[in-house]
Amino acid sequence: MSYLKKIIYNCKQATYLIEKKSVKSLSLREAFELRIHLFGCSFCRIFSKQSQVINSMVKALFNSVMQPNISLDDTFKKELQDRIEEELNK
Amino acid sequence: MLLNPHQWVSSHADYLYSFAITRINDEELAKDLVQETFLAALQKTGSFEGKSSERTWLTAILKNKIIDVYRKNSRGLKKADAGEIENREVDFFEEDGHWKAEHGPIEFGIEDKDHLVNKEFEHILQRCMQKLPVLWKAVFTMKHIDDEATETICTELKVTASNFWVIIHRAKLNLRACLQKNWI
Repeated sequence: MSYLKKIIYNCKQATYLIEKKSVKSLSLREAFELRIHLFGCSFCRIFSKQSQVINSMVKALFNSVMQPNISLDDTFKKELQDRIEEELNK
Repeated sequence: MLLNPHQWVSSHADYLYSFAITRINDEELAKDLVQETFLAALQKTGSFEGKSSERTWLTAILKNKIIDVYRKNSRGLKKADAGEIENREVDFFEEDGHWKAEHGPIEFGIEDKDHLVNKEFEHILQRCMQKLPVLWKAVFTMKHIDDEATETICTELKVTASNFWVIIHRAKLNLRACLQKNWI
Protein backbone atom coordinates (compact mmCIF):
# COMPACT_ATOMS: atom_id res chain seq x y z
CA MET A 1 0.00 0.00 0.00
CA SER A 2 1.29 3.46 -0.79
CA TYR A 3 2.12 5.89 2.00
CA LEU A 4 -0.85 8.10 1.22
CA LYS A 5 -3.25 5.22 0.89
CA LYS A 6 -2.18 3.93 4.27
CA ILE A 7 -2.98 7.27 5.84
CA ILE A 8 -6.33 7.44 4.11
CA TYR A 9 -7.37 3.97 5.25
CA ASN A 10 -6.03 4.06 8.77
CA CYS A 11 -8.85 5.32 11.00
CA LYS A 12 -7.25 3.63 13.97
CA GLN A 13 -4.15 5.76 13.62
CA ALA A 14 -6.23 8.87 12.90
CA THR A 15 -8.32 8.48 16.06
CA TYR A 16 -5.09 7.92 17.99
CA LEU A 17 -3.75 11.21 16.65
CA ILE A 18 -7.03 12.97 17.46
CA GLU A 19 -6.69 11.89 21.08
CA LYS A 20 -3.01 12.76 21.20
CA LYS A 21 -3.82 16.21 19.84
CA SER A 22 -6.29 16.82 22.67
CA VAL A 23 -3.43 16.41 25.15
CA LYS A 24 -0.34 17.74 23.41
CA SER A 25 0.65 19.22 20.08
CA LEU A 26 1.37 16.85 17.21
CA SER A 27 4.58 16.71 15.25
CA LEU A 28 4.41 18.31 11.81
CA ARG A 29 4.26 14.92 10.19
CA GLU A 30 1.48 13.72 12.47
CA ALA A 31 -0.50 16.92 11.93
CA PHE A 32 -0.10 16.55 8.18
CA GLU A 33 -1.23 12.93 8.21
CA LEU A 34 -4.25 13.72 10.35
CA ARG A 35 -5.28 16.60 8.05
CA ILE A 36 -5.06 14.34 5.00
CA HIS A 37 -7.06 11.63 6.72
CA LEU A 38 -9.81 13.89 8.03
CA PHE A 39 -10.19 15.51 4.63
CA GLY A 40 -11.41 12.25 3.20
CA CYS A 41 -12.99 10.48 6.18
CA SER A 42 -16.40 11.54 7.46
CA PHE A 43 -16.37 8.89 10.20
CA CYS A 44 -13.26 10.34 11.79
CA ARG A 45 -14.54 13.88 11.37
CA ILE A 46 -17.55 12.87 13.48
CA PHE A 47 -15.27 11.10 15.93
CA SER A 48 -13.15 14.20 16.27
CA LYS A 49 -16.11 16.46 17.04
CA GLN A 50 -17.60 13.96 19.47
CA SER A 51 -14.29 13.49 21.21
CA GLN A 52 -14.06 17.20 21.96
CA VAL A 53 -17.66 17.39 23.11
CA ILE A 54 -17.14 14.39 25.38
CA ASN A 55 -14.09 16.02 26.96
CA SER A 56 -15.89 19.24 27.73
CA MET A 57 -19.05 17.45 28.90
CA VAL A 58 -17.14 15.16 31.22
CA LYS A 59 -15.38 18.14 32.71
CA ALA A 60 -18.60 20.09 33.16
CA LEU A 61 -20.31 17.03 34.59
CA PHE A 62 -17.63 16.43 37.22
CA ASN A 63 -17.72 20.07 38.22
CA SER A 64 -21.49 20.24 38.38
CA VAL A 65 -21.61 17.18 40.60
CA MET A 66 -19.46 19.24 42.93
CA GLN A 67 -22.50 21.27 43.88
CA PRO A 68 -24.06 20.98 47.35
CA ASN A 69 -26.47 18.24 46.26
CA ILE A 70 -23.92 15.75 47.54
CA SER A 71 -23.33 16.17 51.23
CA LEU A 72 -22.27 14.28 54.31
CA ASP A 73 -24.67 13.56 57.12
CA ASP A 74 -24.51 15.74 60.21
CA THR A 75 -23.54 13.00 62.64
CA PHE A 76 -20.52 12.11 60.57
CA LYS A 77 -19.55 15.76 60.32
CA LYS A 78 -19.88 16.34 64.04
CA GLU A 79 -17.75 13.30 64.86
CA LEU A 80 -15.19 14.41 62.34
CA GLN A 81 -14.91 17.92 63.75
CA ASP A 82 -14.70 16.45 67.29
CA ARG A 83 -11.86 14.26 66.12
CA ILE A 84 -10.04 17.28 64.71
CA GLU A 85 -10.52 19.23 67.95
CA GLU A 86 -9.16 16.26 69.86
CA GLU A 87 -6.04 16.25 67.70
CA LEU A 88 -5.65 19.99 68.12
CA ASN A 89 -5.77 19.68 71.89
CA LYS A 90 -3.15 16.96 72.05
CA MET B 1 -3.78 33.53 54.94
CA LEU B 2 -4.11 31.26 57.95
CA LEU B 3 -5.55 27.83 58.46
CA ASN B 4 -8.58 27.45 60.66
CA PRO B 5 -9.07 23.78 61.50
CA HIS B 6 -12.01 24.61 63.78
CA GLN B 7 -14.03 25.42 60.67
CA TRP B 8 -12.67 22.75 58.35
CA VAL B 9 -15.60 20.38 58.48
CA SER B 10 -18.29 23.01 58.06
CA SER B 11 -16.36 24.84 55.34
CA HIS B 12 -14.87 22.04 53.27
CA ALA B 13 -16.14 18.57 54.17
CA ASP B 14 -19.01 18.49 51.65
CA TYR B 15 -16.80 19.85 48.91
CA LEU B 16 -14.05 17.31 49.56
CA TYR B 17 -16.59 14.53 49.82
CA SER B 18 -18.17 15.32 46.46
CA PHE B 19 -14.71 15.65 44.93
CA ALA B 20 -13.84 12.17 46.18
CA ILE B 21 -17.14 10.48 45.37
CA THR B 22 -17.15 11.59 41.73
CA ARG B 23 -13.71 10.08 41.32
CA ILE B 24 -13.93 6.84 43.22
CA ASN B 25 -17.64 6.10 43.37
CA ASP B 26 -17.66 4.49 46.80
CA GLU B 27 -19.42 6.33 49.64
CA GLU B 28 -17.66 4.66 52.56
CA LEU B 29 -14.25 5.00 50.99
CA ALA B 30 -14.93 8.63 50.10
CA LYS B 31 -15.85 9.37 53.72
CA ASP B 32 -12.68 7.69 54.94
CA LEU B 33 -10.61 9.75 52.53
CA VAL B 34 -12.16 13.00 53.75
CA GLN B 35 -11.34 12.06 57.31
CA GLU B 36 -7.80 10.99 56.40
CA THR B 37 -7.31 14.23 54.50
CA PHE B 38 -8.14 16.36 57.52
CA LEU B 39 -6.00 14.28 59.85
CA ALA B 40 -3.06 14.31 57.45
CA ALA B 41 -3.50 18.06 57.02
CA LEU B 42 -3.27 18.59 60.77
CA GLN B 43 0.09 16.83 60.74
CA LYS B 44 1.53 19.17 58.18
CA THR B 45 0.03 22.55 58.85
CA GLY B 46 3.62 23.80 58.77
CA SER B 47 3.82 23.13 55.04
CA PHE B 48 0.92 25.49 54.33
CA GLU B 49 2.47 28.63 52.91
CA GLY B 50 -0.69 30.59 52.38
CA LYS B 51 -0.03 30.83 48.65
CA SER B 52 -3.18 28.94 47.82
CA SER B 53 -6.50 28.91 49.60
CA GLU B 54 -7.15 26.52 52.45
CA ARG B 55 -9.54 24.57 50.21
CA THR B 56 -7.02 24.22 47.39
CA TRP B 57 -4.43 23.01 49.88
CA LEU B 58 -6.79 20.43 51.37
CA THR B 59 -7.90 19.30 47.90
CA ALA B 60 -4.27 18.68 46.94
CA ILE B 61 -3.89 16.39 49.94
CA LEU B 62 -7.11 14.59 49.02
CA LYS B 63 -5.95 14.20 45.41
CA ASN B 64 -2.89 12.30 46.57
CA LYS B 65 -5.06 10.00 48.62
CA ILE B 66 -7.30 9.37 45.62
CA ILE B 67 -4.24 8.53 43.51
CA ASP B 68 -3.25 5.99 46.16
CA VAL B 69 -6.65 4.37 45.70
CA TYR B 70 -6.29 4.35 41.91
CA ARG B 71 -2.92 2.74 42.29
CA LYS B 72 -4.16 0.13 44.71
CA ASN B 73 -7.18 -0.66 42.52
CA SER B 74 -5.20 -0.99 39.34
CA ARG B 75 -2.53 -3.19 40.83
CA GLY B 76 -3.27 -6.80 39.99
CA LEU B 77 -5.92 -5.56 37.61
CA LYS B 78 -3.25 -4.65 35.12
CA LYS B 79 -3.14 -8.18 33.80
CA ALA B 80 -6.89 -8.36 33.46
CA ASP B 81 -6.86 -4.92 31.88
CA ALA B 82 -4.24 -6.00 29.40
CA GLY B 83 -6.40 -8.91 28.38
CA GLU B 84 -9.34 -6.61 28.05
CA ILE B 85 -7.32 -4.17 25.99
CA GLU B 86 -6.41 -6.92 23.53
CA ASN B 87 -10.02 -8.00 23.25
CA ARG B 88 -11.33 -4.53 22.67
CA GLU B 89 -8.64 -3.54 20.25
CA VAL B 90 -9.75 -5.91 17.55
CA ASP B 91 -13.31 -4.76 17.97
CA PHE B 92 -13.52 -1.34 16.36
CA PHE B 93 -11.23 -1.56 13.34
CA GLU B 94 -10.53 -3.79 10.38
CA GLU B 95 -7.02 -5.06 9.84
CA ASP B 96 -6.12 -2.15 7.56
CA GLY B 97 -7.20 0.24 10.32
CA HIS B 98 -10.53 1.20 8.80
CA TRP B 99 -13.64 1.38 11.01
CA LYS B 100 -15.63 -1.83 11.02
CA ALA B 101 -19.00 -1.11 9.45
CA GLU B 102 -20.91 -1.63 12.71
CA HIS B 103 -18.60 0.63 14.72
CA GLY B 104 -18.32 3.64 12.46
CA PRO B 105 -19.20 6.84 14.33
CA ILE B 106 -22.69 8.22 13.79
CA GLU B 107 -23.75 11.71 14.85
CA PHE B 108 -25.42 11.95 18.27
CA GLY B 109 -26.91 15.37 17.75
CA ILE B 110 -24.60 16.80 20.41
CA GLU B 111 -21.78 17.74 18.07
CA ASP B 112 -22.75 21.40 17.99
CA LYS B 113 -20.67 23.36 20.44
CA ASP B 114 -23.71 25.22 21.77
CA HIS B 115 -26.05 22.27 22.18
CA LEU B 116 -28.27 22.27 25.22
CA VAL B 117 -27.10 20.06 28.03
CA ASN B 118 -29.26 17.01 28.05
CA LYS B 119 -29.75 15.36 31.44
CA GLU B 120 -30.39 11.94 30.01
CA PHE B 121 -27.27 12.11 27.88
CA GLU B 122 -25.21 13.14 30.89
CA HIS B 123 -26.59 10.22 32.82
CA ILE B 124 -25.53 7.79 30.10
CA LEU B 125 -22.13 9.46 29.93
CA GLN B 126 -21.69 8.90 33.66
CA ARG B 127 -22.65 5.24 33.36
CA CYS B 128 -20.29 4.76 30.43
CA MET B 129 -17.45 6.31 32.44
CA GLN B 130 -18.05 3.80 35.23
CA LYS B 131 -17.77 0.95 32.74
CA LEU B 132 -14.18 1.80 31.83
CA PRO B 133 -11.48 -0.44 33.30
CA VAL B 134 -10.17 1.01 36.57
CA LEU B 135 -6.78 2.07 35.25
CA TRP B 136 -8.24 3.69 32.14
CA LYS B 137 -10.75 5.62 34.18
CA ALA B 138 -8.00 6.83 36.49
CA VAL B 139 -5.84 7.98 33.56
CA PHE B 140 -8.79 9.59 31.80
CA THR B 141 -9.96 11.43 34.92
CA MET B 142 -6.51 12.67 35.86
CA LYS B 143 -5.87 13.95 32.34
CA HIS B 144 -9.17 15.32 31.13
CA ILE B 145 -10.78 16.42 34.38
CA ASP B 146 -7.93 17.28 36.70
CA ASP B 147 -5.53 18.47 33.99
CA GLU B 148 -2.58 16.65 35.51
CA ALA B 149 0.72 16.63 33.61
CA THR B 150 1.26 13.49 31.55
CA GLU B 151 4.55 12.78 33.34
CA THR B 152 2.80 13.00 36.72
CA ILE B 153 0.14 10.51 35.65
CA CYS B 154 2.72 8.07 34.30
CA THR B 155 4.79 8.27 37.47
CA GLU B 156 1.88 8.09 39.90
CA LEU B 157 0.06 5.25 38.17
CA LYS B 158 3.21 3.51 37.01
CA VAL B 159 2.35 3.38 33.33
CA THR B 160 4.88 3.87 30.56
CA ALA B 161 4.55 6.84 28.22
CA SER B 162 3.57 4.65 25.29
CA ASN B 163 1.03 2.81 27.40
CA PHE B 164 -0.37 6.17 28.49
CA TRP B 165 -1.20 7.10 24.89
CA VAL B 166 -2.69 3.70 24.24
CA ILE B 167 -4.94 4.09 27.28
CA ILE B 168 -5.98 7.65 26.37
CA HIS B 169 -6.92 6.41 22.90
CA ARG B 170 -8.75 3.24 23.93
CA ALA B 171 -10.58 4.93 26.79
CA LYS B 172 -12.07 7.44 24.38
CA LEU B 173 -12.90 4.82 21.75
CA ASN B 174 -14.77 2.81 24.35
CA LEU B 175 -16.48 5.75 25.97
CA ARG B 176 -17.66 7.03 22.61
CA ALA B 177 -18.83 3.60 21.49
CA CYS B 178 -20.74 3.17 24.73
CA LEU B 179 -22.52 6.48 24.13
CA GLN B 180 -23.38 5.51 20.58
CA LYS B 181 -24.76 2.19 21.73
CA ASN B 182 -26.86 3.60 24.55
CA TRP B 183 -27.95 6.93 23.16
CA ILE B 184 -28.97 6.26 19.57
